[in-house]
Amino acid sequence: MSRVVLVTGGSRGIGLACARRFQAEGDRVAVTYRTAPPKDPAGAEATTPLLAVACDVTDPAAVDSAFATVEAELGPVEVLVCAAGITDDGLVLRMSEERWSRVVETDLTGTFRAARRALPAMLRARTGRIVVISSVVGYLGNAGQANYAAAKAGQIGFARSLAREVASRSVTVNVVSPGMVATDMLAALNEDQTAALASRVPLGRVAEPEEVAAAVCFLASAEAGYITGAVLAVDGGLGMGH
Amino acid sequence: MGDDATFEKFKKCAVDVLQVPEDKVVPEASFSNDLNADSLDLVEFVMALEEAFSITVDETELDGIDTIGQAYDLVVSKL
Repeated sequence: MSRVVLVTGGSRGIGLACARRFQAEGDRVAVTYRTAPPKDPAGAEATTPLLAVACDVTDPAAVDSAFATVEAELGPVEVLVCAAGITDDGLVLRMSEERWSRVVETDLTGTFRAARRALPAMLRARTGRIVVISSVVGYLGNAGQANYAAAKAGQIGFARSLAREVASRSVTVNVVSPGMVATDMLAALNEDQTAALASRVPLGRVAEPEEVAAAVCFLASAEAGYITGAVLAVDGGLGMGH
Repeated sequence: MGDDATFEKFKKCAVDVLQVPEDKVVPEASFSNDLNADSLDLVEFVMALEEAFSITVDETELDGIDTIGQAYDLVVSKL
């Protein structure tokens, strides 16, 4: 079954791992990117290139035109993965309005914009999958990441509300909540933050992006048709009990 | 009031989006009681009308709209 999949923020990290996995499963996959398009995988196993579309999710017009491009090239989006996200850390006491807003605009409002744009086609089709990439810090909190944690917690409330709104049309909306994953974003944390987080992971290691992608692809699969509004933690046990 | 062609176009949107037979799309038909339309259907219907007629309908204008006739008058008032 080849579906049209769009991954926002799919040029690297968790988003790219998701895109590659959907592709390996035979789907037609597009990604949006802000900084740079994804690099083609090295070596002989190189697959068909992903359809890479430039899109800053803080710009509603850019989101609209990215979807229009994907619809024209591949068809209506059947699976949306909202993985576009940024961090911009600092203590609340010293956090500027700009720093707060930039993260919330990208991570939370960007998710809203992409989902809203994807919905009409999914409702019409009476089927669809939306998977939102949140984070364990959304419910644990993390000193220095109040903006990011607020946005990530907000995504859960958003996804669950939307899940209720569109359930009657067999469109599911779920959340994957990763913990520490080996991506550029983790590399941006300072050593103290990384060490503090790592020491609390029951499985005692950082995840590979592919381990998060596996959960995303499951929630997007036909098999997961009875799961909606769920938050699936892929965090090595870091957020257990929350 | 709109002309026949306008109502035909309006009716086509209703038939397509609400998935109801053409003969049920009459002015006195109530969305909730006669056409089995829920709130999501209505939003989809409004979006289809906006596209078909190149109009914009504000959320607040939908208050109190419960029949095909009321919705049609709203559309015509914007043409």
